[in-house]
Amino acid sequence: MSALCEFALRMGDNTLILGHRVSEWCGHAPVLEEDIALANTALDLIGQTQMWLGLAGEVEGNGRTADHLAYKRDAWDFRNVLLVERPNGDFGQTLMRQFLFDAWHHPMLKWLSENSAEKRVAEIAEKAVREAAYHLERSADLVIRLGDGTDESHRRMQDALAYHWTYTGEMFEADAVDGELADAGVAPDPAAMKPGWDALVGDVLAEATLAVPENDFAHKGGRRGQHAEHLGHILASMQFLPRAYPDARW
Amino acid sequence: MGWLAEVPDPEIPVVSVVDLGIVRDVAFDDDTLVVTITPTYSGCPATSVIAFEIEAAIRDHGVDNVRLENQISPPWSTDWIGPEAREKLRQYGIAPPIDGTAADGRRVARLLGEGNARVECPRCGSANTAEVSRFGSTPCKAAWRCNDCLEPFDYFKCI
Repeated sequence: MSALCEFALRMGDNTLILGHRVSEWCGHAPVLEEDIALANTALDLIGQTQMWLGLAGEVEGNGRTADHLAYKRDAWDFRNVLLVERPNGDFGQTLMRQFLFDAWHHPMLKWLSENSAEKRVAEIAEKAVREAAYHLERSADLVIRLGDGTDESHRRMQDALAYHWTYTGEMFEADAVDGELADAGVAPDPAAMKPGWDALVGDVLAEATLAVPENDFAHKGGRRGQHAEHLGHILASMQFLPRAYPDARW
Repeated sequence: MGWLAEVPDPEIPVVSVVDLGIVRDVAFDDDTLVVTITPTYSGCPATSVIAFEIEAAIRDHGVDNVRLENQISPPWSTDWIGPEAREKLRQYGIAPPIDGTAADGRRVARLLGEGNARVECPRCGSANTAEVSRFGSTPCKAAWRCNDCLEPFDYFKCI
């Protein structure tokens, strides 16, 4: 598989799995406005997935569509980071996961839209970056509001941060695929995104009165197809219909 | 393009798909009419209905060979919504987008506070308004309320 195809899968699987996770809140959020916000965020992410997985299928050249790639691959073929498959937990855990991801996603898309040597990647990023900017502003605002909120909301946000923290390092790890993409000017070296992420996350957490965890251990493997048990459960519900009723249409 | 100016947006029927800037180009490729459309938000659920309505409108005018092409670049922007369409939105009860206030990932209050643009209530015109939620009934809108006439309303987000 080419590095470009692998990259499109990594980008598209991140948005697909996070989009699906966030959509699980539909009808369950603490207040109606947040229910709508979560569903709309999920829609943006799924829409972005169609572009990335569409590109992956096009580059692969075997006739697989975005739907094929979303519904007919097994867990070991998914390339998302482990962070996005983490369970929703409470509203604080969901929001903290969103913020930690958005703080990586938005600068990444911004880099791609401005610098990628691959036109199709730059075009998708240019479309998605505007939505990601909005997501980041919302999730950062809510992390601050809840972190610097009541005793209970503060405690829950600090717990959420500890729960997700060791899953953030994977976003900045580099392998041979990343090296090839960076050399070709298609994507940045993942490690180069780390200082900006540290600064942004540090500022927001400080304003939220939350302490940055000191543990710098990083769970890894998602980008190579080694996932936690959570992904299998997500796929079981997400892929059931198209697998049980192949070629079903609206 | 004139035919398509009569195709309403499925979620905001007072404006057409041309008013919103969704139709980017119409041209014949041999005997096939090619309509180039661009999605508003990448996951907007109205996109497939819009494509269906456009195709139906063109067939109603007697052209059977239609092809729809999706174009994502340049990305759709609310800058493409003209002044007439903005006025139609306002009369329909949706505050039109305020240009230059699109999110860029920085946490600044663009629509609140001294010196910043204010969203005016589409019903009473008051600028004494507040954001209730960053998202509204569709991906393209946010939920606001008027502190004077107390009515809730949708604000068409700038993107």
